[in-house]
Parts: sequence; C-alpha cells; structure tokens
Amino acid sequence: MEKITVISGKGGTGKTTVVSNLAYLAQDLVLADCDVDAPNLHLLLNPEVESTSNFKSNKLAVKDESKCTDCGVCHEVCRFNAVDPVNYEIDKYKCEGCGVCVAMCPEDALSLKLLDTGKIYNSTTRFGPMIHAKLKIGSDNSGKLVSEVREQAVAKAENTNKDLILIDGSPGIGCPVISSITGVDLVLFVTEPSKSGFSDLKRVAEVIKHFDIPALAVINKYDINEKISRQIEDYLKEEDIELVGKISYSSDVVDNLRNAQLIVEQDKDNKVSKEIQGIWNKINKRINKTR
Amino acid sequence: MTNLKLTVLSGKGGTGKTTVSVNMALSLPNIQLLDADVEEPNSQYFLHPNFDKEENVFRKVPEINQSKCTACRQCVDFCEYNALAMMIDEVLVFPEICHSCGGCEKICPVNAITEVDRVLGVLKHATTEYDVDFWQGELNIGEESSVPVIEALKEKTDQQKDIIIDAQPGTTCPTIEAVVDSDYGILVTEPTPFGLSDLKLASELMDELEIPYGVIINRAEEDSDEIIEEFCQKKGIDILLKIPFKREFAHLYSDGIPFVEDYPEWKDKFKTVFEQIRGVIDGKNYSN
Repeated sequence: MEKITVISGKGGTGKTTVVSNLAYLAQDLVLADCDVDAPNLHLLLNPEVESTSNFKSNKLAVKDESKCTDCGVCHEVCRFNAVDPVNYEIDKYKCEGCGVCVAMCPEDALSLKLLDTGKIYNSTTRFGPMIHAKLKIGSDNSGKLVSEVREQAVAKAENTNKDLILIDGSPGIGCPVISSITGVDLVLFVTEPSKSGFSDLKRVAEVIKHFDIPALAVINKYDINEKISRQIEDYLKEEDIELVGKISYSSDVVDNLRNAQLIVEQDKDNKVSKEIQGIWNKINKRINKTR
Repeated sequence: MTNLKLTVLSGKGGTGKTTVSVNMALSLPNIQLLDADVEEPNSQYFLHPNFDKEENVFRKVPEINQSKCTACRQCVDFCEYNALAMMIDEVLVFPEICHSCGGCEKICPVNAITEVDRVLGVLKHATTEYDVDFWQGELNIGEESSVPVIEALKEKTDQQKDIIIDAQPGTTCPTIEAVVDSDYGILVTEPTPFGLSDLKLASELMDELEIPYGVIINRAEEDSDEIIEEFCQKKGIDILLKIPFKREFAHLYSDGIPFVEDYPEWKDKFKTVFEQIRGVIDGKNYSN
C-alpha cells in the first residue's frame, strides 16, 4: 500500500485542486482530508457520508464549586494563564488540559473532563472511500484528530483492498502537518512561484527531510512568475526532489472549482488537464516501482 | 482617539492575509505590524526589512536526573501529551510534544526532574524604509507548538501605535492566540466555495470570541462575489473592501511588491477601511 500526503507550507497553492484531480485519474483509491481545521476536499468530491463519529481527546479542567475554598493554588500553578486571578474561573480557550491544577489542588476540587475535539466522517466518493473530519472551532489537539483520520484511512484501505491512499494535508509546518506525514511513503509538494511560496516550500521541505520521507514536487501557476519558477526548479534539483510537473495558470481551474467540478473530468483536452495527467503518469510510475 | 489593535485572519490559507496586512500597514501612519503567522512568516518579503534585533523564544522542558529517578512512572502517567515514556526502567523525554506545563517536575516524589530551557523559535525586529515598525515570530523547523512564539511576539506591542497583526490561517489555538485581545478582526476571503466554507468557520470563531469583525474579499470578480455577499448580508457582516482579481496583482505579489506601491490610489481605500473600523470601535466604546 502506498500512502502519499500532499502539502505545501503556504496555504492556497492548490493542494486540494491537485488532490481531487489526481483522485479522478487514479480511481479506486482511499482519500483522506487531513486539513481538519479547514477541510475543503468534500466540497469538490461531494462524498456520501456513511457514518459519523465524535472524536474526543481534548481535556478541560473543571471545578467543583462546592469543594473550592478559593485558595488560589490553581492560579499559581497554571502556566497557561487559564485561571482567573480573582474568581479562579477557568478560561476554556486558554486551558490546555495539562492537569497540573488537578494534581496540585489541596481540596480535590478539580478534575479533567474529556471534550469533543471534532467529528470524523466515513464516506464514499465516486473514486473510493474517503475519511474526513471537522475539528471543533477553537479546539486544541488538531494533531490527534489528524492522526486518527490518517489511521482510519489506512484501516479502510486494508479492509477494502486498496493500494493507494491520497492525503490532503494542511498548510504550515507545525503539529497538524507533522501528524499528516507520519508513516507515509511519499510527500507531494504543491508550491507556487512567489517569494512567499518558495520560502514556505523550503521550510516545509526541511521538516520532511527531518523525518526522512521521499518527496516529489509540482509547481502550480508556474507562469505567474517564471523567474521564481526557475529558482524553485534549481532548488528542487539541489535537494534531490523530483519535479513531476508544472501547471499553468488558468481561470478555467477556478471556474471548475466554482462549479465543484474537476477540470480533468470536464475538459480532458484542456492544457491544465494534460499537465495534471502528465503529473499523475510520473507519480504512478514512481509508486508502481514499489507497489 | 484610542489606538487600534486589529488582526487579519482567515479560515483558509492563501486568501490574502499578508497582502491585506502589508498593504494596509503601508497606507497608514505610525503603524506597528506583527507577523504572527509564525509557521510561515511572509510579510518580510514585502517590506525589505533591516533586521536589527533577534530574541530567542524559550520554553521549559523536563530533564531527568537518571541517578535520582526510581522509575516510579508517576510522571509518565501524569503527562497528558505523552511527552514522557518509560523505556525499560528509564524515563524518556520527547521535548517537541511537551507543552511545558511543569506538572512532571511538581509531582516527581524524588525531585529527579528539573526544567531546562529549549529554544522554540525566534522573534525578529526590523525597521523598514516605510513608516512601519515590524516584528515577526518564527517557529523553528521540527517544532510543533506555535502558541508560545505568538504570545512572546505580542509582548512587543507598542501602545503608542496602531497595530496590525497578521495571523496564522485556521480556527485553532495559534489563530485564537493572535486575535483574542484584538479590538477588531478583518476576515480575508475569496469568492470560491472553499473561501466561503472557510469564511463561515472564521466567522463562527469570531462570534464565539465576541470580537467585532468585517470581511475583505480578495480576488473579487463581479459575477462571482455573490457567494460571499449573500452570506455576509444574511449574517449582517460588513464587507469592508473588495480587492479585484488581476493578474498584475498576482505578479506583484509573487515578486514581493506591495500593490499599493504601483497603485497608490489604493492607499486611500485602505485608509478609509481603517477609519471605518475605528468608527465601529469608537462607537462601541462610546455606547458602553
């Protein structure tokens, strides 16, 4: 089984567009949307939700007012400023559920309560099963939810005998990104030729190097700035990251997105469709060696 | 007239937070710009900053004195983040996932744990050729938690200036940390189904935090904006500005050029937006 995560560092470079179009070309695979903070893949693939489950992992300190003597120890020990210095109320956004106040409270008035972190959806698309999720607004611990989505996708692939999992990752380089690449075989970078896009690519590529995962790259909207595209190409060569294709800037892509359609499906002779087909051929060749 | 602190945020990445933050900062006098998108700080590419100050952001992580440790496991069982693990009869520390709560040190019955500083990221200050005082936070590669870097960055706030904070995308802790004590939030979106879906999440967050906010539509196109306008109208959210979809803007962005430089008439538009926001905040303070 081959697991590929698509990430970018910078947001809005076209991860979800690339994932959904590749899914059409790949067919018969498992999809996972690990951008649990702002999931978008479902908007394009229109999955039918088969089951929904609540995922609990966040914890919050709660107080039993009848035992509390307002001694203030909880306020003193909390590193997250989550306990009000006057009335010792707990701020649910600041509390990280570490349990220090619970352990130190002399009156045993505090406890940790398990909270809903988000919802996980087990769905079907026309290309195969899809696992996606929605993190609760303002939630901590997105990493755990991301891991759960990734693990459920692997289990799904095993149960349904699929040999490819395509994972849509989140922007950035922090906790959710690291959770989305744990244990995968290949990373696909989708970058764009801007100073920001290039810089963010370099940062996220460092993270991938740190975890020693092989990587491929796509430059999206490459003709917006061909000079920076060439700089990115040079960088990829130096870093031994295979450039599997470049995608032209085209308003047709956005038009398809607005109608929740895939350009490779709607207009296979379009320049962009041909470019994405070329990208898929290269990825497919690469994974067939190991598949 | 009080100074304003406003945060530019969005549910979705790549909608134009940095474009709005930088161009607005360059359109106003006496501004401090804080780049709180510490995983990927990008305002620097538009400001030609001369970095003159650097400060590390530290956090505490446990260190185990193995000669004192009796392998009682209490710290391992206590840690909610699994940052401590038992390896045969030795406690191992995974500092990247430690939240620095300090609990393990407090509960260790034999005082075998001490806390040591670990560098998590860095704050950089710069002067710019513009009238902008600039600080950025940067999370080190391989580290997972942005929040302490954002907290440290916000301590650099200059009370004598109006402040614009460029936040991380999303609706989780790092975004909340950036916006939580702001007077106002500018939600940047784009007229696509993705933009709308993520705008809804960001607006839900702002409602929960009870911070007033308005929307800027980036890459606006006459026949597509309806999708955002309809939502804003229904919820009674102000649309502050539309930045049109132009290939020249995309090209300027890619080269790190703020578009107000080439299109100075936009400075007035950003100024107007800022004064509109000040009106909302002053009105609110007045009615209180």
